[in-house]
Amino acid sequence: MTGEGYTFADPVGRLVEEFHKLPGIGPKTAQRLAYHLIRAGDDESRSLADAIRAVKEQIILCSTCANVTETDPCRLCRDPNRDSSTICVVEEPMDVPALERTGSYKGLYHVLHGVISPMNGIRADDLKIPSLLERLKGSDVTEVVLATNPNLEGEATSMYIHSLISPLGIKVTRPARGLPVGGDLEYADEVTLGRALEGRQEF
Amino acid sequence: MAQKKIYDTQGVVLKHMRLGEADRIVTIYTVDRGKVRAVVKGARRVKSRKGGLLQPLSHVRVSIAEGRNLDQVVEAETVTSYRAARENLALMSAGLYFAELVDGFSIDGAVNPSEFHLLVGGLDALDRARDPERIARYFETRLLSAAGFGPEIRQCVGCGMDLPAGDHAFSCTEGGLVGAECRSRCEGPFLHASMNTIKVMRFFQAADFSQALDLHLTEPLMGNLRRVLGRYIAHVLEREPNSAEFMRLVRPA
Repeated sequence: MTGEGYTFADPVGRLVEEFHKLPGIGPKTAQRLAYHLIRAGDDESRSLADAIRAVKEQIILCSTCANVTETDPCRLCRDPNRDSSTICVVEEPMDVPALERTGSYKGLYHVLHGVISPMNGIRADDLKIPSLLERLKGSDVTEVVLATNPNLEGEATSMYIHSLISPLGIKVTRPARGLPVGGDLEYADEVTLGRALEGRQEF
Repeated sequence: MAQKKIYDTQGVVLKHMRLGEADRIVTIYTVDRGKVRAVVKGARRVKSRKGGLLQPLSHVRVSIAEGRNLDQVVEAETVTSYRAARENLALMSAGLYFAELVDGFSIDGAVNPSEFHLLVGGLDALDRARDPERIARYFETRLLSAAGFGPEIRQCVGCGMDLPAGDHAFSCTEGGLVGAECRSRCEGPFLHASMNTIKVMRFFQAADFSQALDLHLTEPLMGNLRRVLGRYIAHVLEREPNSAEFMRLVRPA
């Protein structure tokens, strides 16, 4: 990372190394961020340090839905206006705000924190699947929406969860697969286009 | 800047992994270049066309630009998407197991068309929703042979003499069957291989997919085959394939 013969002053080197560990940050960007903070005022670096500390100290997982939250149960699980008979299962906490932005879903969530990946040895028990089943047993939930990513691992995870839930007599649905808004038909891949045709709706 | 060299090939996507913000690296097992790895830019974006096509277990035709560090997929189209196989958990898990085995048995850049055709044949068979267990046993037997690890199941690995019909011990370390007289001279651990298991393995070594799938296998026989092949594969790969556990978990009762 450093040129031959030259090394950063220790605290700078340490900061560069820490930045470099973050996803999407290469060695050059890590250096740029570090030197930006050296140049920036005390307030800026202190507020960054505080924000990082706060996120680790105050953020916990909701004991009901496993979403990241500062209170347990989380804001969504506590909200009396949400429809508690529907649970939407997502892979990551980041998927919750994405679905919330649509404004089309009023139910509750369950965050798996990953997907089953047989080749990488990630099993159902490594995810929040056992807690989902616990949550469903004896509850008044009537529908589970499996909103995992529409790729192979996401599909595998959904099919596996479906096989576990269907004996409970709860309706299992998943978001439609289809054409993205603003795209051109000719560029759609065959699988997506095929699914979009199968799921066509009357005008 | 020099023009990037682009090559066209076809192959089966074995696996993918995330790269950066929205990209993926795919590993494709090609017929004419062996295992290749390439970046698919923007593969994780909803509007990506290539992302949908280059899912694991898809047979695709691709154009790949050679890069300094990593190659990049510039164009892709589907040959077969094996949709039926990927929409059934037991079949899909078997397909992923095949992909992991081919990945484990192959070395980057080593060309082995028979392994490629075996993989395509295996996925074809799964797509026709045939019994994934039987397809898996045949696939394992043939892949071991295609990769150069075919077990010795006709003669004793200790002395080279033809083995009489009957049950025998299978040594993973020696890579084959061991006659009773040679057991003390051969390295274990030994697995019990029933006469019928040995017969089926011999038959699989010479049969094609449709012949192999017409064979009726009882559950005890399937269990013995699974154990011998599974342990031997784990020995050759020096680890148990990760997807084997998932395949067992979702196996239809």
